[in-house]
Amino acid sequence: MTLIATLPTEDRPASPYADLTPPMTPVQALAESNRCLFCYDAPCVRACPTGIDIPAFIRSIATGNLKGAATTILSENIMGGTCGRVCPTETLCEQSCVRNRAEDRPVAIGRLQRHATDRLIDGEPAHPFPRAASTGKRVAVVGSGPAGLSCAHRLATLGHDVTVFEAKPKSGGLNEYGLAPYKMADDFAQREVAFILGVGGITVEHGRRLGADLSLEALRRDFDAVFLGLGLGGNNRLNIPGEERAGVEDATAFIERVRQAPPGQPPAVGRSVVVIGGGNTAIDAAIQAKRLGAEDVTLVYRRGRAQMGATPWEQELAQTEGVVLKTFAAPKDIGADGITFERTRLVDGTLAGTGETFTLQADMVLKAVGQKLSAEALDGLQLAGGKIAVDDAYRTTLAKVWAGGDCVGSGEDLTVQSVQDGKLAALSIHSHLSA
Amino acid sequence: MADLSSTIAGIRSPNPFWLASAPPTDKLTNVVRAFKAGWGGVVWKTLGEDPPVVNVSSRYGAHLDTDRRLIGLNNIELISDRPLDVNLQEIIQVKRDFPDRAMVVSLMARMAEEAWAGLARKVEATGADGLELNLGCPHGMCERGMGSAIGQVPEMVEQVTRWVKNATRMPVIVKLTPNITNILWSAEAAKRAGADAVSLINTVNSIVAVDLDSMAPTPVVDGKGSHGGYCGPAVKPIALNMVAEIARNPDTRGLPISGIGGVTTWRDAAEFLALGATNVQVCTAAMTYGFKIVEDMIGGLSNWMDEKGYQTLDQLSGRAVCNVVNWNDLNMNFSTKAVIDPALCIDCGRCHIVCEDTSHQAIRIDQGEGRRVFTVVNEECVGCNLCSHICPVPDCITMVPEQNNLPYVTWPNDARNPMRVPEAAAE
Repeated sequence: MTLIATLPTEDRPASPYADLTPPMTPVQALAESNRCLFCYDAPCVRACPTGIDIPAFIRSIATGNLKGAATTILSENIMGGTCGRVCPTETLCEQSCVRNRAEDRPVAIGRLQRHATDRLIDGEPAHPFPRAASTGKRVAVVGSGPAGLSCAHRLATLGHDVTVFEAKPKSGGLNEYGLAPYKMADDFAQREVAFILGVGGITVEHGRRLGADLSLEALRRDFDAVFLGLGLGGNNRLNIPGEERAGVEDATAFIERVRQAPPGQPPAVGRSVVVIGGGNTAIDAAIQAKRLGAEDVTLVYRRGRAQMGATPWEQELAQTEGVVLKTFAAPKDIGADGITFERTRLVDGTLAGTGETFTLQADMVLKAVGQKLSAEALDGLQLAGGKIAVDDAYRTTLAKVWAGGDCVGSGEDLTVQSVQDGKLAALSIHSHLSA
Repeated sequence: MADLSSTIAGIRSPNPFWLASAPPTDKLTNVVRAFKAGWGGVVWKTLGEDPPVVNVSSRYGAHLDTDRRLIGLNNIELISDRPLDVNLQEIIQVKRDFPDRAMVVSLMARMAEEAWAGLARKVEATGADGLELNLGCPHGMCERGMGSAIGQVPEMVEQVTRWVKNATRMPVIVKLTPNITNILWSAEAAKRAGADAVSLINTVNSIVAVDLDSMAPTPVVDGKGSHGGYCGPAVKPIALNMVAEIARNPDTRGLPISGIGGVTTWRDAAEFLALGATNVQVCTAAMTYGFKIVEDMIGGLSNWMDEKGYQTLDQLSGRAVCNVVNWNDLNMNFSTKAVIDPALCIDCGRCHIVCEDTSHQAIRIDQGEGRRVFTVVNEECVGCNLCSHICPVPDCITMVPEQNNLPYVTWPNDARNPMRVPEAAAE
């Protein structure tokens, strides 16, 4: 498999990293904010995992109180900037907007949220949330992704001192390493991290990995509380012949390579790229491969469109970007020049092979068939359904240890859910430390 | 963080946002909800002598824009229709439960001292912080010799204020009606009688719409309608002018003002404060959106004050009063011209057509590349501002003053004025 992108440069986006949805202009924001009806007990708020007071922040945009709008957002969701960019609003707040009923077009809540938070994150020198008086308590947070940073920030505002341990060289977790660059243009993940750390009281130690130079036992000994925001470090395998061939890669690893490459030197992609999977990671990888110049990108999923983890909006986005979606086909064998699939169908809700096969030419295969918890170094923690078991207050089965984000089974594996987990876990830790 | 605490006529509140005497302050349930939502104070809906009045069914009419946004509301509701003692007991309880909030009680009575004094003494016994005299309702009550029937006669305003001042030690705020020829006459009357503050405006006499099917003014009560009291965003300009007139009038300068009339956003409140109000009262915004609307009023005012460097409301209150002058004091040599930013222009053409049809034919159209280009003809532009106001895009049309290096000359001294005051006499 040779990696030579052949799509004529004239047909590629201006930059493979350009913003998928550009920021709103002030005029757009004003017009859109005035479409909000300031609903009571608004459906959009109920649909938001972090419970942002959406009518309140939109009202503030309409009255010219942008700082107030941003503060309203960030008080519930310190990663409101990322969520405004990457949240599947079409299945959350915007799906429930009452404007859908009369006009079939919701208020653009996500874009308005970005409009408000961008201004504060880029423009305000002072952090909007002051820290409470120091409690003298020290909390260890493992992982600097959305759950870890959300937890750390909330704990810091409550007066605790937080040390974040991060295995990778940069903070941000999936915001930095796992989201397609066109969703997080202009290094937004790092700008947001800097903003969050601006609260003070948070130290991040990079290159510290649980199981390598860190143990749960030592953390429990040295800190008053421990929060695990580990994410899902492992990738599921296809378990088919040829999976080890060159050119076959986890989609998360591909996105990480793209994200970390210097902007002028994006990684090479194949002429024909096949992405296997039906979630948002599969869509991100497929669109990114296309934007980097792949001629043919085919996303293959073993079930149907309705069963895909990616929302219909994401699916259509991929198609608009030129990705071909192929459903009801399961990978069987990866050969030298292509990948063979068996057609499938649903029989009483169970997936069954039909015996009929076809082969797609591919010089690059990206696997996006789900991630799993890397359970090493979690001795003593009970798991449930392959994830860390926690109670309603995010306590694990080990004393002094809390957990949240994708490594627990709190809901969908979304940034916004992780932020909420981290926030609620912090409140739970705070109440424990204040007892 | 700016300090939003407010004191008017000795009455303190944690912020300058009060609910005006109106349906939202009619009873304990509503007022408790308002205080929980963050309102700094209330003026309890007007109390009168027992037996209480009886209200009709269908009470509000609305002035909506073409997008169904409420511009103005009119009402034909009378004063509180609940027994006096029920109201007084509730006032006692709410004030006890929310001691830091301002509790002012609105009163209305016939033109008799014992009526006003009796009500005032009863309210004083509740522990309320002050009284507001309703001398303004332009509908219903005025037909019984109360409300605007009193407020429209300065001598009666003065008389009632004296009666109440003599009967109580509480601060007395006199609420003025805009349905008069000159707001200063009633304001001066209130001040002469010792009013601690005035509040304005009460509602404007109005017919808000006509139901073209029943051929009756709205709200329609069994086929008939009556004129009512108009309020909401549409009356703000009327209120701002009257507030400013009182603030800059030598005889009333320094008389504390509670600004009322269409306050919907923090910005509206800042404008009332700038023109001399000490606090504001709100009704229609709450009746349009619910009490939660106060959050952005508080937050927005605070953030804006931080941005501008105002630490307290005192520093802001009255800041624009010195810049409100008579027309005769304006600079005849000032000249400003409209400038259209082609980068922001969306090619709607409205600036051109309003100038062409209704003003000075000062906006030229040229054919650009794929769209029209609109340019102001400076020789024709008188700087009227019309185009900048009707342009749908903020900041697309701006007004740029000309640097003409001419002195500040007012009309009385202008050479073009045939009645000009001679130079020597002017000096």
